[in-house]
Formats: sequence, structure tokens, C-alpha cells
Amino acid sequence: MSTQHEADWQGELAPGDERQGDSGASGGVRGYLLALALSVLLTAASFAVVGTKLLWAPGIPVALAVFAVAQMGVHLVFFLHINSGPDNTNNILALAFGILIVSIIISGSLWIMFHLNHNMMPMNKLTDLHLQH
Amino acid sequence: MSTIASELPGFDPHRLGHRGDGPDPADHGPAPKRIVVGYGFWIFLLSDFVMFSGFFAAYAVLSTSTAGGPSGRDLFDLHNVAIETACLLASSFACGMASIAVEERKALPAQLWLAVTAVLGLAFLILEVKEFLALIAAGNDPQHSAFLSSFFTLVGCHGLHVSAGVLWLLTMMAQLFSKGFAPNLLRRFRCFSLFWHALDIIWVAVFTVVYLIGVTQ
Repeated sequence: MSTQHEADWQGELAPGDERQGDSGASGGVRGYLLALALSVLLTAASFAVVGTKLLWAPGIPVALAVFAVAQMGVHLVFFLHINSGPDNTNNILALAFGILIVSIIISGSLWIMFHLNHNMMPMNKLTDLHLQH
Repeated sequence: MSTIASELPGFDPHRLGHRGDGPDPADHGPAPKRIVVGYGFWIFLLSDFVMFSGFFAAYAVLSTSTAGGPSGRDLFDLHNVAIETACLLASSFACGMASIAVEERKALPAQLWLAVTAVLGLAFLILEVKEFLALIAAGNDPQHSAFLSSFFTLVGCHGLHVSAGVLWLLTMMAQLFSKGFAPNLLRRFRCFSLFWHALDIIWVAVFTVVYLIGVTQ
């Protein structure tokens, strides 16, 4: 009965599940090969941007961020099988919440610490003050 | 009388609320264990990402606090990082091939692909340990500056995750060998492959933020 229930279940997908009979681009051996090719391409692009003088120097961090986010997306869709399908809604909602928290922690820390550093008296002036008293 | 689809009482294209009242017999009762385990593990992975984001934030804030010592530009060897990245990426691919073999219940290909996954994971770990030992031997240990403390914490934490993953993988291979494709082992394997691919995602952030941006600064 319970195995029958498992076999019939079409309501949701666990993360990492492929849909049964999935012949789409993200399923099967072809999907993994495509993921590998895309990841190698994006990684090689990241290293090439740093290793060569192709890009204007201030643009390099932006290019690196774009390649990294693209590669994370490739991994999520092709390796973890998190996609926009109707049965994946719970997984996507959890992911969206995770991304929200991660971005708050990282951008918030950088924002606060930048202003803290900005408002601090430089260390050499601070030691000068100590010497005067 | 005609009604548009969105006004029908059971209209729920994203199947958000489908417990017990749908016409579909599969809508009755709790979700199967496979779904519950996978979803729970996904929540754990997301909380792991949140923990890593704390380490990333610390590194980003402290990356210029070198206390007069060497910075990332002086220390990082991109050649080594490229090989580490290749190992981890190939390992993720091998894990994907293993999951296909497991879905098809083919024991020998599954074990072979899992072995490839483990060997590539170990190769990554050996390279990382060698890098750490070389840094410490040159006097650039975690106590040297805030930058090095945050570097060792962030990259070392990822390395610890990979070590735990390799241990998990070797245990699971032994269990697959002795017990075959039991339902609990299948669930465990599904969680492992999620964990392994998630570590690769974190590594993408590590090599971009720490190494590539580190050498350009």
C-alpha cells in the first residue's frame, strides 16, 4: 500500500528529484553533460578574465560576480534539479528565503563595516592622541 | 453557466494546498518519506548556506586587514586553485552519473561512479591541505593577521564539509555493497548527492570571492 502510494505520488518533488520520464534538457546523462560543459565554460571564463588583460580592470569583479552567479544557477538547475516547475514550488520558496537571508547578512555586514571604518579615526592619528596626553 | 478556471474551488496550479480535498487520490494523506526527507535535507543545506554567508561576510570585511603582512595577491597560487576546481567539478559530475546508475539500480556502475566521486574529492582535499601546510610553513598562519584568520576559517570550513562528505560517501558505498538498494539507503544517497552538489556551489563562491578577487586587488 505504501509503496503503491509512493509510486503513484505525483504531487511534489523532493530536491534532487527528476520528474519521471523527464526528457527535458535538465534530465538524464545529457543534462549532466550539458551542466559539466556549461560549468567548465563559466569557470574557464572566470579564470581567463583574471589571467589576461582582456577586460578593463574595474570591470573584472563585476564579470566575476556574473560568471559565479550564472554557474550557481547552472548547478542548482542541472545538478540539484531545482527548477520553476509547478511541483517544485516549496523548494523554490525555501531557496528564495535562503537567498534573502544570505544577501541580508553579506550586504548588511559590508555596509555597516564600511561605514564603521569610514568613521573611525585613522590608527596613526589615534596613537598621536595617546602620545599627546 | 461558465466560470473561468481561476474561480474554480480546486484551482491550484502550483499545488500549494493539496491535502485531502482534491479529486486526485494521490492528494490524500501525508507526503511520502522520500519527499519529507529530501525537503528536510534541503532546509538543512539552506541553513548551511546561511552559516557560510557569515564566514563570507567576515572574510569580505577583513580581507584588507593584513596587519602589514602579505595579502591574497602575494599568497594565492591560481594554478593550484584551478586544479582544485576541476577536481570538485568533475567529482560533482561523477556524483550525477552515480545517481543515474542508482536510479536504474545498476550496482557496479553506481559503485564505480561513487568511487570516482570519492577519489576526486580526496584529490581536492590533498591539494587544499598541501596549500594550507605551505602557507603555515612560510609563517602565514591564522594568527598572523585578521585576513589570514578569516581565510583559514572560510576555506577550512568548506574543506571540513568536503571531508565529512567523503566519509559519508565511503560509509554509504560499504552499505550499498552489503545491503543493496534498500529504501533507506536510496534516501541517504539522495541526500548525499544534494550535499555534494551544494558543496560545489559554495566552492564557486570561494574561488571567486577569495582567490580570483583576492589576486586582482
